[in-house]
Amino acid sequence: MSNIPAELRYASSHEWIRLEDDGTAYVGISEHAQEAMGDLVYVELPEVGVTFAAGDEAGVVESVKAASDIYSPVTGEVVAVNEALEDEPELVNRDPYGDGWLFQLKISDEAELENLLSANDYADTLEEDA
Amino acid sequence: MGHRTPLYDTHVAANGKIVDFGGWDMPIHYGSQLEEHHQVRRDAGMFDVSHMTVVDVSGAGAEAYLRHLLANDVARIPVGKALYSGMLNENGGVIDDLIVYRRDNDFRLVVNCATREKDLDWLEKCAGGYAVDIHERPEMAMIAVQGPNAREKFAAAVSAAHAEAAADLKIFGFAEAGDWMIARTGYTGEDGVEVMLPNSQAVALWSALADAGVAVCGLGARDTLRLEAGMNLYGNDMDESISPLEANMGWTLVFNEREFIGRAALEKLQANGHAELVGLVMTDKGVLRAHQKVITDKGEGEITSGTFSPTLGFAVALARVPAGSSGDAKVEIRNKQCPVKLVRPPFVRNGKQVFKEI
Repeated sequence: MSNIPAELRYASSHEWIRLEDDGTAYVGISEHAQEAMGDLVYVELPEVGVTFAAGDEAGVVESVKAASDIYSPVTGEVVAVNEALEDEPELVNRDPYGDGWLFQLKISDEAELENLLSANDYADTLEEDA
Repeated sequence: MGHRTPLYDTHVAANGKIVDFGGWDMPIHYGSQLEEHHQVRRDAGMFDVSHMTVVDVSGAGAEAYLRHLLANDVARIPVGKALYSGMLNENGGVIDDLIVYRRDNDFRLVVNCATREKDLDWLEKCAGGYAVDIHERPEMAMIAVQGPNAREKFAAAVSAAHAEAAADLKIFGFAEAGDWMIARTGYTGEDGVEVMLPNSQAVALWSALADAGVAVCGLGARDTLRLEAGMNLYGNDMDESISPLEANMGWTLVFNEREFIGRAALEKLQANGHAELVGLVMTDKGVLRAHQKVITDKGEGEITSGTFSPTLGFAVALARVPAGSSGDAKVEIRNKQCPVKLVRPPFVRNGKQVFKEI
């Protein structure tokens, strides 16, 4: 079973989100997702300033095998993107919950986080898929 | 559960990520496809290709049969040499691509695993009137050892007799030693050998190669390596609706005194003109993928295989485009038009960038 940190919330499409004290949140993809993709070679990130609704397409991660869309787990405005991924997309493989984050959102409504999966529920969905 | 090669347990023990590949449970990588790719370009790697179908064709009529069956001409090779060819239908479409080896008393064909049944049916169907015996050889395993140091490491890993058999092979030459057949062929654009040997000996050879410093590589790296080398993948770059002329395989066609299946259709196509398979390179960020639309100076085409090239650090692709296309082109990626250049494949040979702009 892959690593699923308990303090994060998850989308069934395999994004994680981590709420910070300042009301912003970091978004990335789960360890399971990066493992399934294989070596990432390109990450297309959103532009800073763009606003997403929950479930909007926010970017693309591409591995040698395939391309996979990234969806914004909640509504919010993009306040930062992980520019290091432009030259080192492999950071997502190496450290999906840390240096491999994708973008940072200013969240519109923290209550939306409740619509997402807890670590346990996300683990259950992975088991069902397996 | 799919078919399994004699190396299946070895792959699982080495953390191979197993996927379905044409009905076979095969390793796509053992951790990092990119690392495995680089190992082959820089040193030596090995692939289990035992899923491929080995067929022996013997009998007094074997040569006449194969000269009729194949678009390349086996009469052009002596004993101990191999030849790449398309096997065509009457319309000139590619039923499969294969390698044929001329042995002392018969011919050996290696065809794709995903096309095995239709290939065997076609071989039988076309055998009428020829004195030939067609025997599949499922008891043979096949291991490809590829990379600049592959032959040296292979020699260090095997018996003196096997090392000696492999020592003086020319490109596309092969030798037999005991129940092994060792050919200087491959699907990566690097030097190396492909070994056919009894299933029962596959694990021992694999282990000896690993001990000699040959990296284990999955079929994922095999695909990026073959694409960099400008080699076609059956089902992607050509199929029964596509002729060799439209698949950059014109060099495999021999129009001499003999008739071969599909010849008339090819000659008609040559007279009327046809699309062609070219290379694309995209130095901007992004990845080219199969089925993306290509817009050239001569009209629209389509990518047949695309990937990020680990060796070059940017995306490359094979694409079928209108005849005479050249220069700059665009590829539609997620509704954006991205600039690419048309090139002649291969993209990479022996570790180096080699493509030329058209």
